[in-house]
Amino acid sequence: MEFPGLYNYWITIVLMMVGFYIVIAHDNLIKKVVGLNIFQVSVFVFYISMAKVQGGTAPILDAGIETYSNPLPHVLILTAIVVAVATTALALALVVRIRNAYGTIEDDEIEGQEDDA
Amino acid sequence: MIFKAILRVVSKLLIPPIMLFALYVQFHGDFGPGGGFQAGVIFASAFILYALIFGIDNARKVAPAWATRTLLSLGLLLYASVGVAGILLGGNFLDYSVLADNPVIGQHLGITLIEFGVGATVSGAMITIFFIFAHQDG
Amino acid sequence: MAVTALALVRLRNLFAVVMLAGVFSLLAAVLYVVLDAVDVAFTEAAVGAGITTVLMLGTLALTTSDEKAAPRKTLAPLLLVVATGAVLIYGTMDMPRYGDPNAPIHSHVAPYYLTRTGPDTGLPNVVTAVLASYRGYDTLGEVAVIFTAAVGVLILIGRSRRPKKKRKPADKKEAAQ
Repeated sequence: MEFPGLYNYWITIVLMMVGFYIVIAHDNLIKKVVGLNIFQVSVFVFYISMAKVQGGTAPILDAGIETYSNPLPHVLILTAIVVAVATTALALALVVRIRNAYGTIEDDEIEGQEDDA
Repeated sequence: MIFKAILRVVSKLLIPPIMLFALYVQFHGDFGPGGGFQAGVIFASAFILYALIFGIDNARKVAPAWATRTLLSLGLLLYASVGVAGILLGGNFLDYSVLADNPVIGQHLGITLIEFGVGATVSGAMITIFFIFAHQDG
Repeated sequence: MAVTALALVRLRNLFAVVMLAGVFSLLAAVLYVVLDAVDVAFTEAAVGAGITTVLMLGTLALTTSDEKAAPRKTLAPLLLVVATGAVLIYGTMDMPRYGDPNAPIHSHVAPYYLTRTGPDTGLPNVVTAVLASYRGYDTLGEVAVIFTAAVGVLILIGRSRRPKKKRKPADKKEAAQ
């Protein structure tokens, strides 16, 4: 069991847990969106690190190069990043609407207002 | 406001190269890193830079709401219609090989068209979202 | 990168949080270059560091830039996070080693794409070929998602800004029905 060979997964997990912690421990909705973004980036890093081949190069065909890294995860993550920004924009739009409706973007204060009502 | 003057001059110098670079990324994406997604974002960032420096209202004159919304929908429409064109010419949906006599040229044509559609939609979406967030009615 | 992420947890000022998130994205882009994913790095640098930061700043301008109170219940989430992380690390024990050319992920469709892209499409950039040609359905879906998200933002907050001006087209539509 040579442990160093797995460090890419561990980096992913640390990042993922940081994002997860922000999402569940913070009440501020913008902070939660940032936490979700970190979570997303950790998944991206996971895919990209899976695609890496030792001694390979970027997947652009050229004469004299034999090993390329796996192009499929690159494609998936490429589109996922752009979709991520679109969904982030949607989440932020929802935050703005919540702020307009409740006057706050803190989760517990919104819950308090809901209980009062 | 001396800083504003510097910003204006520098951004005037920078915006045309940014747009040119976006087009380069768009149409050179087949050969090097790049493609519709990146090109759309870079193209949109040129508009965002303009809006930040010269004010939202001036930027809205350059890129009115109807223009960005049309761009947004036309990109997706172009993408889907390339797929339908494949069916009409006797292939499968999104099968580019039938678009030209030579399958390889057909593939190339299809990919270029589709990347253009992607770029149009992404840039339209980004500009629209930015203007909405900047207080201006999208 | 992990340090930036940890700093994000502690910071209370949302403006600094947004700036650090941009730095985080840029670091991620550098990491992608190191991992040979140039297309992805390009996208991340343009999207993550550029557009997302601008959007977050826009949101801050529309809402508030300070987080109110410290998180009240820190212990329970921390325990949960550590437990989940431990389970996930236990799960990685069976994963293929980093950069292993014989990993399962490299043995199914990837060689097909790498060998067929040249003859099929004549494009040197395999990522573009797979994106637009082999997995064209996926990309069509992704573009539709972006379109839908933009329309969603338009409906959610575009309308509330100027209700009068926006209502006209809707009225016309109703009249047409």
